[in-house]
Parts: sequence; structure tokens; C-alpha cells
Amino acid sequence: MSETSAETPWAFGAAPDPEDVLAGVDTRVPEGVDATGLAELCLALGDDALVLAHRLSEWCSNAPDLEDDIALANVALDLLGQARLLLARAAAADPGLVGRLVPGLPAGSPALPEDALAFFRDPDAWHCARFVEVENGDFAHTIARLAVFATVRLAAFQRLVEHPDPVLAAVAAKAVKELAYHRDHAGRWFLVLAQGTEESRRRLLEGLRALWPLHDELARAYDLDGARAEAEVVLDQLLAVSTVERPAVAPYDGPRHTDDLTRLLAEMQSVARAHPLGVW
Amino acid sequence: MTTTQELQELQEGFDAVVARGDRIEPRDWMPEGYRRTLVRQIAQHAHSEIIGMQPEGAWLTRAPSLRRKAILLAKVQDEAGHGLYLYSAAETLGVSRAELTRMLLDGRQKYSSIFSYPTLGYADVGTIGWLVDGAAICNQVPLCRTSYGPYGRAMVRVCKEESFHQRQGFELLLTMMSGTDEQQAMVQESVDRFWWPALMMFGPPDADSPNTARSMAWGIKRHTNDELRQRFVDMTVPQAEALGVTLPDPELRWNAERGHHDFGQPDWDELARVVSGGGPCSAERIAHRRRAHDDGAWVREAATAYAARQASGFETGLRPSSTTGTVVEEVAQQPSRNHGAEA
Repeated sequence: MSETSAETPWAFGAAPDPEDVLAGVDTRVPEGVDATGLAELCLALGDDALVLAHRLSEWCSNAPDLEDDIALANVALDLLGQARLLLARAAAADPGLVGRLVPGLPAGSPALPEDALAFFRDPDAWHCARFVEVENGDFAHTIARLAVFATVRLAAFQRLVEHPDPVLAAVAAKAVKELAYHRDHAGRWFLVLAQGTEESRRRLLEGLRALWPLHDELARAYDLDGARAEAEVVLDQLLAVSTVERPAVAPYDGPRHTDDLTRLLAEMQSVARAHPLGVW
Repeated sequence: MTTTQELQELQEGFDAVVARGDRIEPRDWMPEGYRRTLVRQIAQHAHSEIIGMQPEGAWLTRAPSLRRKAILLAKVQDEAGHGLYLYSAAETLGVSRAELTRMLLDGRQKYSSIFSYPTLGYADVGTIGWLVDGAAICNQVPLCRTSYGPYGRAMVRVCKEESFHQRQGFELLLTMMSGTDEQQAMVQESVDRFWWPALMMFGPPDADSPNTARSMAWGIKRHTNDELRQRFVDMTVPQAEALGVTLPDPELRWNAERGHHDFGQPDWDELARVVSGGGPCSAERIAHRRRAHDDGAWVREAATAYAARQASGFETGLRPSSTTGTVVEEVAQQPSRNHGAEA
């Protein structure tokens, strides 16, 4: 056998030192920008993206069709990318952040700041909205959540493009393109489920109703510069074209986080915490 | 009716194309056995990609760094993509994805034996990339030149991505080998478990592989199982040395006379058991797929019903008007999906 083409796919592959996603970027906080406030904003936006990316990744190999496996994984990858940049930005803007939020980080840990925040932080120090924390439910629940989340987040990120911190502004500029796609994808499915069969409509309404008590908290968190008003108009358009009414349920008024988040983190952090000095 | 003479001419034409190393294309005449063999092989390959999402997908929610989480998710997503275009290649032979899926779920078609083994730790993600995707590359690179056009072209893309997967696996293991003692032990333990099943991926020894000769005559297969297995061993030994792991075969040694490594034989009875559905996770894998398929039935029905209504011009009275803006117009477009008659 002499098949040189078979040799080329093989590579020994070097193990590069894991590098911060913002390596090479000027991460100094511009004058006049409150570094702590910037870090908190980035942390909250990063936490939402990471937790929803995790939820969406749970669909992998479980979706209704191969196309949906691929699409949901794509959305999850986009959000995971946003999360990494935002967590890294938060840590770089406020060098005391990781120490304050992750007091249990083992001495000598090789974890990058994004990983220290993701894998060694206890649930009460997370800043995500409960809207992204709750478990997936069925496909209709996932579509309803993604449609609302992408709509609300897109309106806010369109404003963050003008943020005085150039790093956050650049992250937002990249994210806006992704979120517009997510909103479109989930919006199309929302309409299909609303007008598909009786069962799909029933499931969609149930999913939306289950999520709705958590919508207000999400909308307030993303209400930057009048973003909420715009997001509500877009949501109303989606609901109208789908002949779906806003659920008449009161906003949820309970603890800051759900126990769904505790379970999610217990699973997500299990390997990293079992090997506190491990390199990956 | 095709006369005997016409049939003979068609057969001669087909044989000549294969002999020249050219491609057979979907509209070309082909012997029924050739078509059947291809459907079986391509479907089995597609099923392997889809079932193969499970053992690694199980670690998506536990990947120990955000970079690893992104890599693994992208990788498992690639497997879904491979499944998709392999099913499409099979559909050029007159079968539907829905039928093939049904045959997988009913146990009438098989998938690669390797995915019936469990993944017990994160090192397994690396080992699957290094050994399993590595073995798959050995099997699949020659298939880029297979005689059936759509299959060969699909394999070109599959191989490019598999090569990337193999490298990420090796890179994960190399990183872990630079870590704690515990991590190094995890890598060795994982390699110990996957080595023999990886060798089995090439199929039974040539003497026990009755279909090989025919598949080679048709230009579907280019090398025998044992040739490919030998190639895999020869490639892997120096990589294991670079990693610092021991391959669990006391008979493994360089044979200068042959210019190849000698190695021991896997437990062929185990392969026969796994292939016939008796692997450690065989039942679980199919149950998982069946559950996902059944749980998604109402979604596929909804999409089919919606598409049918749109096609028949059904007017909801709430179609986008000029005042509702672009979002709603985008939303109102029908999703571009291929549903077939799966419900």
C-alpha cells in the first residue's frame, strides 16, 4: 500500500499553552468608564450566555431531527463564544473579580480566568437570569425561550455596540450578527409550532406560559438605553403573527436563583473540580 | 424490457468504468448487488455517525474548560453533519432517510461496533479522537476514491473533518499527559480500554470477511481489513511513544523483515457479540435514538402540517402585512427543512 494521501490527515499535534481569549487585545479600561460596573455587566451577560449554551448543548443527539441537532449546537456554540469573551473581559476589567467571586479556587490552579469563573464559582455568585437557568422542557419550551432570549438580548447588544469600552463594543458587534440569526431561527420555529398542529400549539403555549413569570426579570436586566421597549415591540409582532397572546401570569417573586442552576453547575463543574490542579 | 444482450452490454459498460477507476453516478446503470451493498455500507456509516454522537455527547455538559466544551460541541455537531450528508448520498440510490432510520431503530441495519462501548471519563474524549477517529481515517481515506461518485465526494469532506477530530483528540491527551499523575493515569486507563475495540473497527480478519473480495472487485473497497489494520498499527505506535502511553499488547513489536509491526489479535468473539447487538451499551444506544426520534415526532408532524398549509395557500388571516416589519416577514418564511414522510 502506498497511499500518501492517507499520511497527511495524521498529525502529532502540539499542545499549545491554553491562551486567554483576549490575548493580544488591549484590555485597559478607558478613562471615565467604571471598571467594576463594566466587569459586573460583562459577568451578567457572560453568565446568561454560558448557562443557555449549556442548556442548548443538552439537546445534542436528542433533537427532533438532525437539522435541529445541528442548528441548536450552532446557537450554543455562538453563545459559548460570547460567554468566553465576556467572562474574560470581566476578569480583565476588574483584576480582583476572580479572587472575590471564587474564593475557593485552589492554590496553584492553572485555570484561566474564564474557567475559574465557570468551573470553580458557587451558585450564589452567579449573575445569570432565572429565565436561562430552568431546565429545558420539550422542544416548544426551548424554542419559546430562545425566541424571547434572542429578542431581548439582541435589542440590548445593538446598543452595546456603542459602549465606551472598545472591548465590550467589539464583542457586541460580533454578537449582534449571531443573535439576529438566533432570533430569526427561533422565530420561524415559533410560528411553525403555533400554527402547525393542535398538539404543537398546545405545547408552545404551555412552554411560553411556564417561562413567562421569569420574563420580567430578564427584560429588566437587558433594559439598556430603552432596549426593553424595542424588544417588547418585536415580541408583540412575533406573538401577533403567531396568533399567540402574552400569558397573563404574574412575575415570579422568589429566590435569586433556581435549584435548576445548582444542579446544572454541579454537573458542569464535576470534572474540573475533581481535578483542581488538572490541565485541559 | 431489457434483453439479455442489453443487460450484458450494460454490465460490460459498468465493469469498464470501474476498471478505469472512474465514478459510477446515480443515473448510471449498476448491478443490483452493487446498489444493495452500497446502501448497506453508506447507511451503516451514516448510522455510526449518528450513534457516535452519544458516547462523546455524554461529556458535553461536563467538559472541564470552556475551550474543551466548545471543541467537543463543534466535534459532535460535525458528526451530525456527516450523518446528514451520508444519508443524502444513500438517498441517491433510491432509499429515504426515514426508511434507513427506521431500519436502524428496528435493528435491521447496524452501526460501528466501537460506539457500543461506554465513555467513563473525560480522557475517553481524547482517546476516541486519537484512536477511534484515527482508525476511521485509515478506513475512510481510501473511500474518497471509491467507485460510487456521491459516496466518494461525501468522504472527501468527512475525512477533512475527521482529521481535525483526530488531532484534537491527540492534543487533549498530550495536554493531559503534561498534567497531574492522576490525569496521566486516566489517559493510560482509557487507552487500555479502547485499543482492542479500535483494532476491531477494521472488521474481522480477511479470511473471515466473505464480502471483501466482491467489494474490492466493484471498486467500493480499496484495501482489505487486515491491510488497513496493519496500517493503523504502524501509524499509531510512534504516536503512542510521543504521548508516553503504553499500548496494551505484549506481542506488539517492530518486525524489520516485514517492515511492519507485529501485533496480537483482538478477541474476535467479542467483536461478533458486539456486532450482533450484545455490546456493553448496544441496547442503551438504540434506546436513546428511539426516544429522541419518538419525542420529536410531534415536531416533525407540526413542520409537515405547516409546510403543507403554506404550499396549499392556506390563509391564516395573519400573514405578514406591510406594517409588521422585517422580523415578521422573516419569521413567516417557511423553514427550509427536509422532512420526508417520517411521521
